[in-house]
Amino acid sequence: MNQSIAGKAYVLGDNIDTDQIIPAHYLMYNPAIPEERKQFGRYALIGVPPAQAGLPIGNIPFVDQADESNTNSVFRVIIGGKNFGCGSSREHAPLALAEAGVQAVVAESYARIFYRNSVNGGYLIPFEWASGGHVEIATGEEVEILPAENMLRVIGSGKTYPLRSLGDVAPIIESGGIFNYAKQVGML
Amino acid sequence: MGMTISEKILACHAGKPSVSPGENVWVNIDVLMTHDVCGPGTIGVFKENFGPKAKVWDPEKVVIIPDHYIFTADTKAHRNIDILRDFVREQGIKYYYDPDFIKGEGMPNPYLDPGQTSYKGVCHVALPEEGHTRPGEILLGTDSHTCTAGAFGQFATGIGNTDAGFVLGTGKLWLKVPPTMRFVFDGDLPDYLMAKDLILTIIGDIGVDGATYKAMEFSGEGVMSLNIEERMTLCNMVIEAGGKNGVIPVDDKVRTFLESKTNKPWQAFANDADVSFDFEKVYRTADLEPTVAKPHSPDNRDLARNLKDTRIDRAYIGSCTGGKLTDFLAAARILKDRTVKVPTFIVPATTQVHAEMRSTTYKDVPLEKIFLDAGCQLGPASCAACLGGPADTFGRVNEKLRCISSTNRNFPGRMGSKDAEVFLASPLTVAASAVTGQITDPRELLR
Repeated sequence: MNQSIAGKAYVLGDNIDTDQIIPAHYLMYNPAIPEERKQFGRYALIGVPPAQAGLPIGNIPFVDQADESNTNSVFRVIIGGKNFGCGSSREHAPLALAEAGVQAVVAESYARIFYRNSVNGGYLIPFEWASGGHVEIATGEEVEILPAENMLRVIGSGKTYPLRSLGDVAPIIESGGIFNYAKQVGML
Repeated sequence: MGMTISEKILACHAGKPSVSPGENVWVNIDVLMTHDVCGPGTIGVFKENFGPKAKVWDPEKVVIIPDHYIFTADTKAHRNIDILRDFVREQGIKYYYDPDFIKGEGMPNPYLDPGQTSYKGVCHVALPEEGHTRPGEILLGTDSHTCTAGAFGQFATGIGNTDAGFVLGTGKLWLKVPPTMRFVFDGDLPDYLMAKDLILTIIGDIGVDGATYKAMEFSGEGVMSLNIEERMTLCNMVIEAGGKNGVIPVDDKVRTFLESKTNKPWQAFANDADVSFDFEKVYRTADLEPTVAKPHSPDNRDLARNLKDTRIDRAYIGSCTGGKLTDFLAAARILKDRTVKVPTFIVPATTQVHAEMRSTTYKDVPLEKIFLDAGCQLGPASCAACLGGPADTFGRVNEKLRCISSTNRNFPGRMGSKDAEVFLASPLTVAASAVTGQITDPRELLR
């Protein structure tokens, strides 16, 4: 996990629930079927009300919907607030973000099941700010996460923010999910 | 230091004499439940990791209950039912509740007689009906409201497809032991309050992340005086405070309920006398009033009486948290000999609840007749519009409407359109509001 994660940030507010990340009427797609799995990328974050989509300005679509074949986002890092991923246990939520190209979320805090699904499914890395609170990052800014240093850097301003150590779940993230981890520790 | 109920259950299933909050333990799972929305993905994870010919760890411990996208013409939703059917056949899964009326394409014709179908409906209500909830056990389900079963003194929580796929193959999973928060209600419930008022009060106090990673235990005479269904409503919504599981101590009501449901032995756990809780709060039920969660969050609490000028466009009574017999009996107290002013949708959680709506009377009139006479629209048992679902779902809020609902979530877009506003309340408050067309404290209409 020494590799850095870099790309455009997409900024959201508090309590982004899994219905906003992937609304229920897309859940009939089966993630086990590759063509259907891609559709989750297309519709990732489509349930976020426009005014809250891509803060601070809003009205920035996460995935460009104009091209019907588009299943990717230009954003690689989600910046979230408190209780990111609350609500339904649907694993389609971290899966949708990952299918769209997201590699990490950095939030103030997470809902338990979203966090677990992100880690155990090996979809993305759920980081938390070390010092809680407020960060001044705007949607579209280039950021870089340095996992080995527990640090996020905003490329333009050079400003850095410390991240909390991944702690207990670091070995699972490093092995790529619960199945690989269980093999490594001799459970499987 | 003593252990809580949740800690004892986890210790027992980890084969350890004791566990402490924050510890990660591998535990043996008693029951794994999945449904039509997460089942196909779970099966995919299982086959990808254990091989196309792998067998589940125990076909009698896997319970599959289709309930989400049943009454829809969506072809992928029907295809997902077929995936479940194939898996059940291939694996010899013992407990599967097939929507036997789904045959081929188009909107399926619902069951005519709810007593004559293998289909059950909403998994969290069907699980205890079918004898799959037992004190002291660990139940995992691919649905966040799996925590409902904490009402039976067990450890029950929601997981994702990957975790469920792992459990299918191994019967085990790692869990972090949660600290326990305790909520005590002193005094019996007055007849205008329901479990929904209690849990909305708590969530309003601690917030939608107030119990994140934690167990929420409910006790006191206000809780123990509740019937089983109301206790399920309390535990159902711990996830709306971020809770990992809800738990209520086992008493004679639970023992009596289980007598006719299961032959398997079970063990009830109690808190040690010297246990210390992470948080404790005592409420006096006499101080509480009918409570509402305003858009767009279950912790956006207010009192029904403060919202009396808020006009509504629609009312909805249904779901795992608000579509049980007790919920419909409460609604009938308000709706008998009255007419609803706004479109009002009634959806029993399960076919058993639907049958009971026909066989149970309030003042000698069957509940179903009371609702039809009041002008309500009745749908077949399912999760239905609680989570929006496909566009043709019964009761789905497809446009900018204001809906009052006995369901459990009101985040943007939850019941369909993200322009809609959803107010959460008890079935009593929802029914009273349906009659007046504005949010109404049920005390105004109770006779």
